[in-house]
Amino acid sequence: MHSLKKLSTAVAAALALAPVTVLAQDAAPVKIGVVAFLSGAAASPFGVPARNAAELVIELMNAGKAPAPYNTKGFGGSKIETVIIDESGGTTTQVTEFRNLVQRHNVDMVIGYISSGSCVGIAPVAEELKKLTNFFDCGTPRIFEDASYKYVFRTSPHSTMDNVGAAMYLKDVKPNMKAIAGINQNYAWGQDSWGDFEASMKHLFPKIAVKTSQMPKLFAGQYNAEISTVMGAKADVVHSSFWDGDLEALVLQAAPRGLFKKSTGVLTAGETIMAKLAKQIPDGTILGARGPFGPYAPDNAYSRWLKKEFQERYQVLPTYPSYQMAQAIMGVKLAWEKAQAANGGKRPSNEQVAAALEHSTFEGPGGTVKMALGKGHQAIMETAYGMSKVVGGKVTVTKVKRYPAEVVNPPEGVKAADWIAGGFKH
Amino acid sequence: MSNITPRDRTLPMLGAVLLAVIVLGPLLPKWALFLLTIAIAKGMVSLGLMLQLRAGLVSFGQALYYCIGGYTAGSLGRFFDISDMLLQMICGASAAAFVALILGFLLARYRGIFYGLLSMALSMILYGLLAKSESLGSTDGINILPSTIFGIRPVQEWVRYVVLVTGCSVAALAAALVQRYLKTPLGQLSPAIKDNEIRVEYMGASARKAIHVKYVIAAALSGIGGALAATAVGHIDPDMAYWTTSGEFIFITILAGTRSVAAPFLGAILFETIRTVAFDISPNTWQMTLGISLLLVIVFLPEGLWSLFSRRKAA
Repeated sequence: MHSLKKLSTAVAAALALAPVTVLAQDAAPVKIGVVAFLSGAAASPFGVPARNAAELVIELMNAGKAPAPYNTKGFGGSKIETVIIDESGGTTTQVTEFRNLVQRHNVDMVIGYISSGSCVGIAPVAEELKKLTNFFDCGTPRIFEDASYKYVFRTSPHSTMDNVGAAMYLKDVKPNMKAIAGINQNYAWGQDSWGDFEASMKHLFPKIAVKTSQMPKLFAGQYNAEISTVMGAKADVVHSSFWDGDLEALVLQAAPRGLFKKSTGVLTAGETIMAKLAKQIPDGTILGARGPFGPYAPDNAYSRWLKKEFQERYQVLPTYPSYQMAQAIMGVKLAWEKAQAANGGKRPSNEQVAAALEHSTFEGPGGTVKMALGKGHQAIMETAYGMSKVVGGKVTVTKVKRYPAEVVNPPEGVKAADWIAGGFKH
Repeated sequence: MSNITPRDRTLPMLGAVLLAVIVLGPLLPKWALFLLTIAIAKGMVSLGLMLQLRAGLVSFGQALYYCIGGYTAGSLGRFFDISDMLLQMICGASAAAFVALILGFLLARYRGIFYGLLSMALSMILYGLLAKSESLGSTDGINILPSTIFGIRPVQEWVRYVVLVTGCSVAALAAALVQRYLKTPLGQLSPAIKDNEIRVEYMGASARKAIHVKYVIAAALSGIGGALAATAVGHIDPDMAYWTTSGEFIFITILAGTRSVAAPFLGAILFETIRTVAFDISPNTWQMTLGISLLLVIVFLPEGLWSLFSRRKAA
């Protein structure tokens, strides 16, 4: 008797579930290739937070639990599936794996890439394979300055505004400063960051003295010689685009010698160590988060949602790569649904989604994202800077100033370097 | 005087494999065409390493010539508007061989760990120089022109096939030439140098000269490999000269073994296959999968993969 009851319950349950299963199978899933560093030095500060954000956001979207207008299930009712790939192994490996994603896994689009080298290498391949590709994090402005693409997008701002914003912030908070020094890693990111910062400072402070620019090699780990030189330079501010491990090492080694107490530190990627080094970051250090992310995120429905869900699942607050990944998925979702609506409710092609994403504007956890540069393929956003202040054992930011997207980004058609050299003309 | 024994079937085998690629290529999935092209490019470098390994020398800096080949191909496009694959490979090989000819005077004096570390140091110098050169894109690298051949840009559908067939043809030719070289007296000195260099000198041969020649040939092969990889990938960056890239080539060479000129290509194909499968099944620990497979090969096939094919003959 008992087993009969069990059986009938099971049958009833199966019957109840059946229509749902049929419905879910109705629309073929949207397959997204997600690429981020899962090994190596860039994994823990960037790759893993981004991957975590992708998994979280996609799961919530599949459940229809994202704030409006992102509250439809999946992409336009189609469930989202992911293929997650490690970004390590160099550009040759990445190009091989990108081709594998497109031609073996038949993904509908690819969202990923943290290293600018990966982005430079992947962009023409995405174009060759006609596959919608959204770079979520990489910084170099070269991607859309050197070429124009139909299928390639970047829904995050490029790195120019990080350093332009830092210089403008200094103009506002330290209008009488006289000398700068820099310590940056000797690779493209460090060279570009210092180049942009130095040029911006020279424009905003025509009489500024550039005392020294130290360029230790990437992941050197030991910076005592550079710290000595920079301390000897007696500059008002010390600029650094170091991130994560290297930045941690720099701040730890600088702390006992008081470098960032004597000279104000301008750490453009300082957000990557805020949670870890509360005691060693002197109050008044200027911290950047590569845009309106993390501590600088505007208080809107999307940032509250992301913070709450992320904290619940991973027990830490999201950092800027998480914001960038979330907004990369959100932007594509809106474009997909717009294209689907224009296509009479049928599944849109890559070309239709690309057309919908081009020149679009959407709201995300970092505020408004405008696809304004690179013929509508490159996003601009506002940026924000502030000074650190330890409150209750945690680093917070004070004296936050926000700079509108159009002020800290070059206009369409002007190369970032030329725009800075020309004095930020619009 | 018959140096080539009747049992040596290397040349017909190379021809047969090339023919198979030409005939079966269009049937392969597109991603496999690209994977094979990269494997062929890496196999070329590995072939150069094999030449040195036969003489008991391990270069930890073969990526130097891979990078020179790649950047030569890239510069041809950037500064002279040349995108012809064959020209790129020829120029890549020449540039690499020229640099090796000069550096060889220094390197041919060293053996063992000194040879390995000095070659690595030279390769890291190039890495350092490229990482500082902002006009060449620093560590982000630069894109190179789309590949053409004899002035023609193959249509999109066929371009991967054309690049693969071109690469395979050049590789087969290079492997055949290396095979011929190994049969010459100079080539046959390798195992002797490995076993006892003093005896080689007593015989009246110059070990240093023999090593210098090998070093230049290996560089030319690596230059071809670098140029092929550059034109296939469409992008070059200083990582091509980084020591981990050299490590990858040594990995392939050990995986393959030194018994045949075809072994490095087989090793490279296996390496790329294991890696892409590892990328799929364990995105977080693919390096471990690679490492375990190398360990298994070292433990069970100490002479490399090729011993699977030649074991019976030897016995």
